[in-house]
Amino acid sequence: MEKRASEPPIRVLIAKPGLDGHDRGAKVVARALRDAGMEVIYAGLRQTPEEIVEAAIEEDVDLIGLSILSGAHMALFPRVMTLLKKRKASNIPVFAGGIIPDEDAARLRRLGLKAVFGPGTSLERIVATARGIARRRA
Amino acid sequence: MTRSPPLPAAARGVIAKDRGALARLITSAERRDPAAASALRALYPRTGHAQIVGITGPLGVGKSSVINGLLHHLRSIGRTVGVVAVDPTSPFTGGSVLGDRVRLERDPSDAGVFIRSMANRGHAGGVALATREVTRLLDAFGFDVVLVETVGSGQADIEVRDIASTSVVVLVPHLGDEVQTLKAGLFEIADVFCVNKADLPGADLAAKDLRELVSLGPGPGGWKPRIVTASAREGQGIPELWNAIGAHERFLDETGVRADAERKQLAAELLALVTEMVEREVSSGLERDPRLRELLDRVARREVDPRSAAELLASRVRGRRAPGR
Ligand SMILES: Nc1nc2c(ncn2[C@@H]2O[C@H](COP(=O)(O)OP(=O)(O)OP(=O)(O)O)[C@@H](O)[C@H]2O)c(=O)[nH]1
Ligand SMILES: [Mg+2]
Repeated sequence: MEKRASEPPIRVLIAKPGLDGHDRGAKVVARALRDAGMEVIYAGLRQTPEEIVEAAIEEDVDLIGLSILSGAHMALFPRVMTLLKKRKASNIPVFAGGIIPDEDAARLRRLGLKAVFGPGTSLERIVATARGIARRRA
Repeated sequence: MTRSPPLPAAARGVIAKDRGALARLITSAERRDPAAASALRALYPRTGHAQIVGITGPLGVGKSSVINGLLHHLRSIGRTVGVVAVDPTSPFTGGSVLGDRVRLERDPSDAGVFIRSMANRGHAGGVALATREVTRLLDAFGFDVVLVETVGSGQADIEVRDIASTSVVVLVPHLGDEVQTLKAGLFEIADVFCVNKADLPGADLAAKDLRELVSLGPGPGGWKPRIVTASAREGQGIPELWNAIGAHERFLDETGVRADAERKQLAAELLALVTEMVEREVSSGLERDPRLRELLDRVARREVDPRSAAELLASRVRGRRAPGR
C-alpha cells in the first residue's frame, strides 16, 4: 500500500559538530522526530560547519538540529549561521541541544538560533518546538 | 508537442548549476508536485548522459561504504558524482531516519559531488517512487555518474534495475541461510557482485560460491556477472569494482544490448506512471463517493461480498472516465 500523507513530511538535518565522540543524545532526538513523522537526515559525528551547511542545502531541509557536548558551541554555531547566510539559506531555522550555559544560549538566540535545549529537556518539548519552527513551504 | 515555451524557473536553475535549485526541484519531485513535472519535461532532452549505477544488497552489508569508496575513486579520476541514497519510511508513523550520509565523507566545497537522501515513502522495491526522476535531475544537472543506494531490505530490492544501467549487488562473506532467499530476486539482477568486508574471514569462499552460481548460466544478452571482492573500510578493491562496472557498460555498448535495456526501462517507467495517475484518480474519486460507505456497510453485514463490491465500484470509476473518450 502506498501511504500518501496529506501533508509532505518535515525534513530535518541532525548533525553533531565538534570533536566529542558521543552521539547518543543526537540519536535519541533523531528517533523521536522520526516517530513524530519527520524525515530525519542523520549526518553523524564530527561534522564541520561547512559540511553541515552543504548537507542542509543538498537535502533541502526545513530545519537543522545541532547537538554538542564539547563546549565548542560558541565557535561552531555562529559559523553555521554565517555560512547559511552566505549560501542564501538563512531561511532554514536552526535549533541546538547539549551542554550550553544560559548566557551562551541567550547569545546564540540573538545570533538567530530558534531554540536552545539543555540536557534535561523532554523529547515531547523538543518535538513540539521542532514542528513549530520548521520552515513551511507553499 | 510544443518546443518553444520558456523554460520554467526551476529548470533554468538546474541548467545554471544552482545546487539549491536542484535540491528544491528534488523535493518537488518527491512530493509529486506539478512544478516538478513541468521542469522534468523541459529538462528531459538534456538527460541521458549520466551513467547510472545501482548499489543494492541486504541490510548493513556496506552499500554506503562502497559508495563512499567509489565516490573518492571517481573524483580522483576526474568524474563528477551524484548520490541518491534511499532508506525506508516507517509504515506506522510516516517518519524515517536517513543515515547513509554518515558513511559518506567528502569535501563540502567540492561542487563535483551532490548527495541526496530519500525516504521510500511506502514504495516497495527498494527505491522511492521518485528515485528515477531524481536521478534524471542529477543527470540534467551534469553529473557524470549517479550512484543509487537501495533501501537494503534484501530480496525485494530489485526495482533499481529499472533505473540503473549497471546493478551491483553487495554481499558479505557470511550471509548464511539468507543466501537461499536471495537467489530468487536480488541475485537475478546482479551485473556485478561485490563481496565486501573482505577483511573478514570467508570472503574467498563466498566469491567461489558465487562463481559457481554464476557459471550456471549467463544472463540477458549473454553477460556473465563479474565478481569482485572488496573491503570498503580499508579502501581495497574499489578500483577493481569500478573496472567491473565499466566492463558491463562496454558489454552493453558493444553488443547493442543497451538500446534494448533502455527501452525496457522506459516501458516500466511509463507503466508505473500510468498506474500512479490512475490510482490517484481512483482513490480520490472513491474518497469522495458517498456510496462507498454505504457499500462498505453492506459488505460488513455480509450482504455483499468484497469482490462484488469492488467490481461495482470499479465499474462506476470506469463509467466516470468513459465520457469524452
Ligand atoms: N569489517 C568491515 N566492515 C565494514 C566494511 N564496509 C562497511 N563495514 C561496516 O559495516 C557496517 C554497515 O556499513 P554501511 O556502509 O552503513 O552498510 P549499508 O549496507 O549501507 O547499510 P544500510 O544502508 O543500513 O543497509 C558499518 O559498521 C561499517 O563500518 C568492510 O569492508 N569491512
Ligand atoms: Mg547505507
